[in-house]
Amino acid sequence: MFGQLLGQHFVHTALLAGAVVSIVCGAIGSFVVIRGLSFSVHAISELGFTGAAGALVLGLDPVIGMMSGSLLVGLVLGLLSLRGSERDSSIGAVLAFGLGVGVLLLSLYQGYATEATNLLFGSIVGVDDAQLRALILVAAIVLAGLTAIYRPLLFASVDPEVAEARGVPVRAISVAIFVLLALTTAEAIQVVGVLLVLTLVITPAAAAQRLTARPGLAIAISIAIAFVATEGGILLSLAQPWPTSFFISTISFAIYLVARIRPRPSAPGAAFSARVRVRVRPGASVPADAARAARRAPSSPVPQRSGRSTQRASPRSVPRPPRY
Amino acid sequence: MSVPVVSAEGLTLRSHARVLWKGLDFELAAGELMAVLGPNGAGKTTLLRVLLGLIKPSAGKVRIEGREPAQMRSQIGYVPQQRAFERHLALRGRDLVRLGVDGHRWGIGSHRAPDVLVERALGQVGAAEYAETPVGVLSGGEQQRLRIAQALVCGPKLLLADEPLLSLDPAYQRIAVELIDEHRRRAGTPVVFVTHDLNPVLPYVDRVLYLAGDAWAIGTVDEVMTSETLSRLYGTQIDVLRVRDRVVVVGGPDDGMHHHH
Repeated sequence: MFGQLLGQHFVHTALLAGAVVSIVCGAIGSFVVIRGLSFSVHAISELGFTGAAGALVLGLDPVIGMMSGSLLVGLVLGLLSLRGSERDSSIGAVLAFGLGVGVLLLSLYQGYATEATNLLFGSIVGVDDAQLRALILVAAIVLAGLTAIYRPLLFASVDPEVAEARGVPVRAISVAIFVLLALTTAEAIQVVGVLLVLTLVITPAAAAQRLTARPGLAIAISIAIAFVATEGGILLSLAQPWPTSFFISTISFAIYLVARIRPRPSAPGAAFSARVRVRVRPGASVPADAARAARRAPSSPVPQRSGRSTQRASPRSVPRPPRY
Repeated sequence: MSVPVVSAEGLTLRSHARVLWKGLDFELAAGELMAVLGPNGAGKTTLLRVLLGLIKPSAGKVRIEGREPAQMRSQIGYVPQQRAFERHLALRGRDLVRLGVDGHRWGIGSHRAPDVLVERALGQVGAAEYAETPVGVLSGGEQQRLRIAQALVCGPKLLLADEPLLSLDPAYQRIAVELIDEHRRRAGTPVVFVTHDLNPVLPYVDRVLYLAGDAWAIGTVDEVMTSETLSRLYGTQIDVLRVRDRVVVVGGPDDGMHHHH
């Protein structure tokens, strides 16, 4: 049964779509987590739902409606560039209203109720070739955008005051990230549904932030987690016919839990690059580092639990690579 | 005297119908350190933002090496007020400093060229030891050293520091000031140093700009930090005492701000 399913075209399409979406979600997730945009992501996806419901009523492609809804909210949030509690409460207010409208639109929709369920909870196995092409196109746009603004985006996200002082257009960057986020969300909705977008956009990135202190590596790990969760979820749902979204969110959450429980490496650069770091550029004045790394490298003992991750000064424990 | 690196003429800033400062004139030559003092709300940080070209003055003009400040932004080093980083932020000390080299450029960037600069800057401020540590778990003093490295790493034409000593203990204050002083002597970078406490920088200050409401005074420490000048600025009797190598201001609107707590 499982083997037969693996040979099916729709399964291949689903796996490909899952791969594409997980890469985009994992990549943008790091910035969402650093900038504290979880609630914004939720708002963008729920209003994507409103847009899709509107499209259904009008007899249009729900994906187009969803994309428009997400983009509109993303643009508004980006342009307003609200901060702190003001952002929190205004997003809450708009979100609630948008959902209310969505409920009305759904009740007006005379078609199949499964359309609505698919929007809310995802329908990865229903992706057809045309949709897959659209997913790939949008993913390429988002990844190209992220690549183009990577450095100023990182700067503006971790250190906004200095970034602004150094000439980074922080406002434009904020708008850009919201637009990319809206596109990403619209992608993710097709895989895990409106209600579970966070499982691909937030959870993997949040776990990754706990596993490394290297910004680039955090993005790579986040992509890997999103990828494993999505593909694993799709495969599991073939073996056991429960909703794919359940499996995806469970795998994603399990990895997150492991990342949280595991003490964070106190010198996390070391976690993935201890050996690389030993061959420091000649002349660089880091004999202490090299010595420490050398001491660390040969026999990797079990991480020392004693100091936990809190004291930097504690003996730098040897972190295990993340297991996934 | 050489050509000034920074020149401000008739700078005036009104904000919400209030005049922060009016007709401000000053010039900074290479390697000069100017301390900017004044009570809270006197517009000290705002002055830095004007020097960065982030705020347009209501009147007057600023030139840095003869150009508009906004055009020079990527060549100005900026040490902001201390702000703690999230504990679990995926960012190492090295990454923070590197953003000072090329964080304002588009794209992902290659590592090679910046790494040499970053390594040198980390060494200069003595932060190489914790370059691999996530910034969120570093102490305030360690973070501030990284901030100074970040501001100096690109070899700025001008260094602006906004209360860089705030929340640092005296030992770290001295280190931070010495780092900045050493750099301006070596590289000839003028420094604008906003502070509410003159004493930690006193030995290094070439000039003091004292902002107080719409009045201001500029000159050497001995010219500005006198009972007459401050009494005139505040319009009330202020006593400035020299106690050994410290300046103590008594009787100002925020008395106690100018000496160590």
